[in-house]
Amino acid sequence: MIQVQAVQPEKTTESSVVFSVRDLNVYYGEFRAVRDASFDINENEITAFIGPSGCGKTTVLRCLNRMNDFIETARVEGKIEYHGVDLYDPQVNSNEVRRRIGMVFQKPNPFPKSIFDNVAYGAKLSGRFSKSEIDEVVENALRQAALWDEVKDRLKASALGLSGGQQQRLCIARCIAVKPDVILMDEPCSALDPIATARIEDLMQEIKKDFSIIIVTHNMQQAARVSDRTAFFTTEINPESDRRTGVLVEVDSTRKIFSMPSDERTELYVTGRFG
Amino acid sequence: MTAVELSSNDLRSREKGTGSLVLGFGLLVAVTFTLLSLFVLLARIFTQAIPAFRERGSDFITDTIGSEPGISGIWPGLFGSFGIGVGVLLLAVPLGLAAAIYLEEYAKPTRFNRFVIVNIRNLAGVPAVIYGVLGLIIFVGWLKPITNGGSVIAAALTLSVLVLPVIIITGMEAIRSVPTGIREAGYGVGATRWEVTRDHVLPYAMPGILTGTVLALSRALGEAAPLIMIGAITGLLPETSLTGKFTAIPMLIYNWSGRPDSAGGAIGWSNSAAAAGLVLLVLVIAFNLTGVLLRQKFEKKRVGT
Repeated sequence: MIQVQAVQPEKTTESSVVFSVRDLNVYYGEFRAVRDASFDINENEITAFIGPSGCGKTTVLRCLNRMNDFIETARVEGKIEYHGVDLYDPQVNSNEVRRRIGMVFQKPNPFPKSIFDNVAYGAKLSGRFSKSEIDEVVENALRQAALWDEVKDRLKASALGLSGGQQQRLCIARCIAVKPDVILMDEPCSALDPIATARIEDLMQEIKKDFSIIIVTHNMQQAARVSDRTAFFTTEINPESDRRTGVLVEVDSTRKIFSMPSDERTELYVTGRFG
Repeated sequence: MTAVELSSNDLRSREKGTGSLVLGFGLLVAVTFTLLSLFVLLARIFTQAIPAFRERGSDFITDTIGSEPGISGIWPGLFGSFGIGVGVLLLAVPLGLAAAIYLEEYAKPTRFNRFVIVNIRNLAGVPAVIYGVLGLIIFVGWLKPITNGGSVIAAALTLSVLVLPVIIITGMEAIRSVPTGIREAGYGVGATRWEVTRDHVLPYAMPGILTGTVLALSRALGEAAPLIMIGAITGLLPETSLTGKFTAIPMLIYNWSGRPDSAGGAIGWSNSAAAAGLVLLVLVIAFNLTGVLLRQKFEKKRVGT
């Protein structure tokens, strides 16, 4: 269900803001991939990042749980605050960050292990659960990911035997089992058929009461269906170097972005006349 | 709109005519030549070795080296080769694997690290004799207090250094072939670099790592040149100890092959040499088979059956 929300990012009360991003610039070597992005992400909402290819939406998403740390040439400038804490403070442990800010990837990537071990892995590593609690954590995560009934009789079977859609729900369960606060989803349905996609979208609505979700999607209908708020990114071509840089055009309630966006570029994109 | 014009010739094979015939024949000759030389080699070893085994039975394995082929066995050589094999497994494999993990997962792609990797590749091509010189200087000379000179320990250390580049290179290739998605999945639930390496990268890379281990072990067991350099002996050798004088099967083969077959006994030195060669062959094949079986076990896990 899409909530009508006309509140500007600046007006949201502090407790409900999960991420506060200011003047975010991301470079890969000399190349600036994202320029001056500023936005807020609210708690228990689904925020969609949309925009054409190369607009930096995935790059921005990966900055939010420091997944870009693994790209040697990547450099992040600006400020990303997570519940008021600077994520890029040298004191911050990036593994702890990723434990609280989980991620679901474009291609379902279960470990080549059993279904049970896949879900239990992160939870075991976190050290927050005793051995006897793990079984319960796994069951709850699989139930929340709407996969329990399909796999409860074959928890010891390899995860690679599941269908693509089941694998992606398993990846969501694996993420949920760590009990994160935010779930980042990078085009989670782009490798799935429409039925599997619909199941994931239903699932997102189910779990958003427990998590804040950010989803990158190429599919505008998907953004319109699932998200409460939408951020539109686009590319700008630098006339000197002829290279593209991603810019954030606007963030607003999904209804507003798709009906009466403030920026002309957004309107061109969502009406299908560009991109 | 015009229909596509398709004559019946368009979809026929172009692989006709003398050109492809010559190519096919050439390839067949190459394969035949390879198989034939292998067959001749094996046939020669077998026919030569059978008299030795018939004459000596299991004594050939358990007896020490004697002055005549009729009373000689390979036990000291087997002991030496076994010691070298264990040494390589305990030293070179963990060390090489650690280096491969460092270079693939931890080291930044700086110019210096690229230089290091290129040189490790070059080291894999350095002739074994050169490693023998190195072993003579370092392990027999400088480290004499530990190795007690030209001992099995010195031999194991020398051959470990010899096979280290092979283990590092195959290990790096195996680690590099692990899909990024698996690493990201691990990081995504908060695992550290080491946890991802230990729990996901190494299990996935294990088949490739095992291949490298088998290659390295086979090579170490077959080398004679470095052992000559560090002073393996081939004469009468009553003792089998880690720190005393030693020999290994390739040394026995090399030495016995050079001796004249005396007229007297039922078997000559050439029979003993062939029989020792057969033992070495069986050892290497056994290692390879073990490697293949372990590989299959890990590969099954990887595809989830």
